[in-house]
Amino acid sequence: MSTNANVIKGRTGDWEIVMGLEIHAQVASNSKLFSGAAVGFGAGPNEQVSLVDAAFPGMLPVLNRYCVEQAVRTGLGLKAQINLKSRFDRKNYFYPDLPQGYQISQFEFPIVGEGEVLVERDDGSSFTVGIERLHLEQDAGKSIHDLDPDATYVDLNRSGTALMEIVSRPHIRTAAEAAAYVKKVRAILVTLGTCDGDMEKGNLRADVNVSVCRVGGYDKFRESGDFSHLGTRCEIKNVNSYRFIQQAIEHEARRQIEILEDGGKIDQETRLFDPVKVETRSMRSKEEAMDYRYFPDPDLLPLVIDAAWVKEIEASLPELPDAKKARLQSQYGLSAYDAGVLTGDAALAAFFETAAVGRNAKLVANWTNNELSAQLALAGLSFDASPIPPKDIAELVELIEKETISSKIAKQVFEHMWAGEGSPAAIVETRGLVQVTDTGAIEAVVDRLIEANPGQAAAVKDKPQAIGWFVGQVMKEMAGKANPAAVNAILKAKLGI
Amino acid sequence: MSELTSLTLKGALDGLKAKSFSAVELTTAHVAAVEAARALNAFVLETPEKALEMAARSDARIASGEAGPLEGAPLGIKDLFCTEGVRATACSKILGDFKPPYESTVTANLFGDGAVMLGKLNMDEFAMGSSNETSAFGPVVNPWKVAGGNQSLTPGGSSGGSAAAVAADLCLGATATDTGGSIRQPAAFTGTVGIKPTYGRCSRWGVVAFASSLDQAGPIAKTVEDAAILLTSMAGHDPKDSTSLPVDTPDFASFVGKSVKGLRVGVPKEYRVDGMPAEIEKLWEDGVAWLREAGCEIVEVSLPHTKYALPAYYIVAPAEASSNLARYDGMRYGFRAEGNNLTEIYENTRAQGFGAEVKRRILIGTYVLSAGYYDAYYLKALKVRRRIAEDFDRAWEQCDVLLTPTAPSAAFALGERNADPIAMYLNDVFTVTTNLAGLPSISVPAGVDAQGLPLGLQLIGRALDEGTVFSVAGAIEKAAGFKARAERWW
Amino acid sequence: MAVDAATVRKVARLARIAVPQEALEPLAREIDGIMQWIEQLAEVDTDGVEPMTSAVAAVLPLRDDVVTDGAMVDKVVLNAPKSISGFFVVPKVVE
Ligand SMILES: [Mg+2]
Ligand SMILES: [Zn+2]
Repeated sequence: MSTNANVIKGRTGDWEIVMGLEIHAQVASNSKLFSGAAVGFGAGPNEQVSLVDAAFPGMLPVLNRYCVEQAVRTGLGLKAQINLKSRFDRKNYFYPDLPQGYQISQFEFPIVGEGEVLVERDDGSSFTVGIERLHLEQDAGKSIHDLDPDATYVDLNRSGTALMEIVSRPHIRTAAEAAAYVKKVRAILVTLGTCDGDMEKGNLRADVNVSVCRVGGYDKFRESGDFSHLGTRCEIKNVNSYRFIQQAIEHEARRQIEILEDGGKIDQETRLFDPVKVETRSMRSKEEAMDYRYFPDPDLLPLVIDAAWVKEIEASLPELPDAKKARLQSQYGLSAYDAGVLTGDAALAAFFETAAVGRNAKLVANWTNNELSAQLALAGLSFDASPIPPKDIAELVELIEKETISSKIAKQVFEHMWAGEGSPAAIVETRGLVQVTDTGAIEAVVDRLIEANPGQAAAVKDKPQAIGWFVGQVMKEMAGKANPAAVNAILKAKLGI
Repeated sequence: MSELTSLTLKGALDGLKAKSFSAVELTTAHVAAVEAARALNAFVLETPEKALEMAARSDARIASGEAGPLEGAPLGIKDLFCTEGVRATACSKILGDFKPPYESTVTANLFGDGAVMLGKLNMDEFAMGSSNETSAFGPVVNPWKVAGGNQSLTPGGSSGGSAAAVAADLCLGATATDTGGSIRQPAAFTGTVGIKPTYGRCSRWGVVAFASSLDQAGPIAKTVEDAAILLTSMAGHDPKDSTSLPVDTPDFASFVGKSVKGLRVGVPKEYRVDGMPAEIEKLWEDGVAWLREAGCEIVEVSLPHTKYALPAYYIVAPAEASSNLARYDGMRYGFRAEGNNLTEIYENTRAQGFGAEVKRRILIGTYVLSAGYYDAYYLKALKVRRRIAEDFDRAWEQCDVLLTPTAPSAAFALGERNADPIAMYLNDVFTVTTNLAGLPSISVPAGVDAQGLPLGLQLIGRALDEGTVFSVAGAIEKAAGFKARAERWW
Repeated sequence: MAVDAATVRKVARLARIAVPQEALEPLAREIDGIMQWIEQLAEVDTDGVEPMTSAVAAVLPLRDDVVTDGAMVDKVVLNAPKSISGFFVVPKVVE
């Protein structure tokens, strides 16, 4: 179980990190979780706010069916237990961007229970992260601190937007694993269409619970389920990029180890990551320990969903990343690596599958995953917006398959395609790039070269690798259009090796 | 005052229909009555211009034959209801001059049926109280006085303004709300009729929340029939309230006057509490006799958990209130106090904005929900609540309606019970059980005590069976022949 | 579970209600009296009883995901103690 664990050397011995993540994913809905106000980005201050969102007296919540459906959908995507009966609770605390003075969330009975996510590491190995639960809850508004030195401005547009909070088990061991886990969950959400996954806009945010323990503590925890084998955790709130997740974890682990090695004790607290100073700092003093006083929201009744509805949702699920990767490997004979690359980008995979019809799929994957992918990235385009359509990549591969052009010439053809010169067949035609397989033409060139270079020809008999020099010369004379296999065969015959 | 203000709602609606008088005339008479009765402190905001404007529109609709069922009827509105463009404060300083940009569903229903608003009625702050003394606008004075005495009495609470205004003929009826007895106890204290319908009958949308799982709106009226007419208008399914029941509203008035023959009336033995005045006990027996005479079968039933209803209520209601009232923080509306930092501003705003009883309940509610106490108090109370509801379920196997006194005493003097919160809470001992169980219950004036103060009897029905409650209430009203009136001193 | 002045101070802080030092003790006594009276609930046997969170024996209604509300910034900030160009202006929040 300890494989790939990140052992950190301390002054007094080795340590390991253990992490659990809480991912907040905004549901891609039209309206808010409990009100009919619009959800969106970029509206003017308080323009997407109803009197429910601003918690006016006597305003009441009414639950959005679509948000429930998306939570169920996501739960199914996480291979999780769907709870047909769940409940909304209030989490009470005061903050200017929390108008009700409480957040409506699901504490005791979440809509989604235990599940799991298979996560791939960069080296191709994988690990499983247990999902403890997924629940629906309201987002808070936004406090803007830099518009006025003496006041805070509050915009409630985000207030009441539906979030899915996905809580993992503490099964994550390195900063890289944490980032890989978030990436994988994001891919599942985006595939399901339940969250747009836009981390820059804050539509997907992670809270990281970090603790450190002596090497071996984690294994004991996994064997016994006893949390006392782990250290005291600190929660780092709202880390909004893969890079920040890694930096925050690395900093926080070092901070905790230093305290412990100095004989200190970790306070369980909430910390904030400062991406400028690259450090975490305490958000609340211990004296102000939060007591959220959760209790069932009396404005709402128990949420009961129909098993038949869950079945219907299940039947409508798209192919999820794990299944897709497996299918791409088996159906197209792709390597795990290529299938993984394709799975990571739905538009790329769709492009690939369109281009691969009737073609050598490995060749198609080479072109989509390498040349085209690189050019699109440089141009800042996604595969949806590729100026080269899938049928042109298919045609290019077909030209290679039929030996009309060599792989080397294909690279030139691709450059012309990218430059907008038309279909690969037309480019090959107008530029005269057709591969010469006519043995007569090749033989003529070979005869001429042997005659002109008797010394080289003799040397090849003792040192067959020297044939490469002749191949190069033939190719040069024929401007790269000669079929390399034919050239080799003819040379071998004529040189008598 | 004038003939017009002494009419019942039904009488006034008939008069308007017969064009015996206009809505403007009817409203003018009531506006004058309201102005003349400021000594009662029943209204915290008078809206005479709005009232006359609405009445004029009613006259136009009556003339064009588009009159609604309540067309031209002047009503008082408890200040807990949000009224569009008209200040709504819940009688708390913390709401300041809050003017809701929306109309509560219940008042919108009434106004949609043609009712006229005379103004906003006084109440206990956030509906927390049983004597109307916690209002930021000062107490309401009961129109009734002890025979030959001059002491100011409480009209009860929290809907004290509603009850006093109806009893003093300032309006034909009033909206009220009931979380633990706040409609029925004031009705009993003022010789008026008040019904708390089944939880979920009336929408809570736009009504300032006290304890969401217990709050219900209902009317206070002069007669059982008037109460039925008003409730028919106020009730109805509202998709904006998730706890609103998706059921049709019957014409409740059609149940009033119906024969009660053959109905089984349960008399719960646990409502015979220590120290209850003999007159109340006597009145209860009268009620039993009247109903027996009307052909009802009387059965003794047991509601064994009755005595635990109040303590359970004083956990559930404050817990919900502590959270419901968190939104009053001085950030988006209402009063904001000074302070050196955000926390201080929160704390000062809420310390200065809320009155003592509201703060006491918020603190109790916060305490019972806080870490370490939730299971022992809050969860325990929810389980006891279930036990209380189950008591009623069992009773319904034996009877169709329950008869009890409304309150354990008649109206008491202002200031008399302020020192002891528990003594004040005990006012609701007979009413609070039906809030916990969500059942409809009505208070009907049935007699006076030795001092000449009105006393009420309570009828409790099955969930959604207001019809039977109204029928039996009508029978009590008829048999009691309650004709006493508060002698005008204001 | 006696309620003392320290408990009241803690609870008042959670509830964001300023209570002057001299009021803590009397308030504690008062609340403690009420809690003592409430303690009688312990007499009730509630083993195996499902907590009753609502008087409505129904399930939560769901609404369609359509935009029907909002776009009323003037109403939203109408009653605000302070607002500037659509924002609520509140005391400086120090994080
Ligand atoms: Mg969390
Ligand atoms: Zn959350």
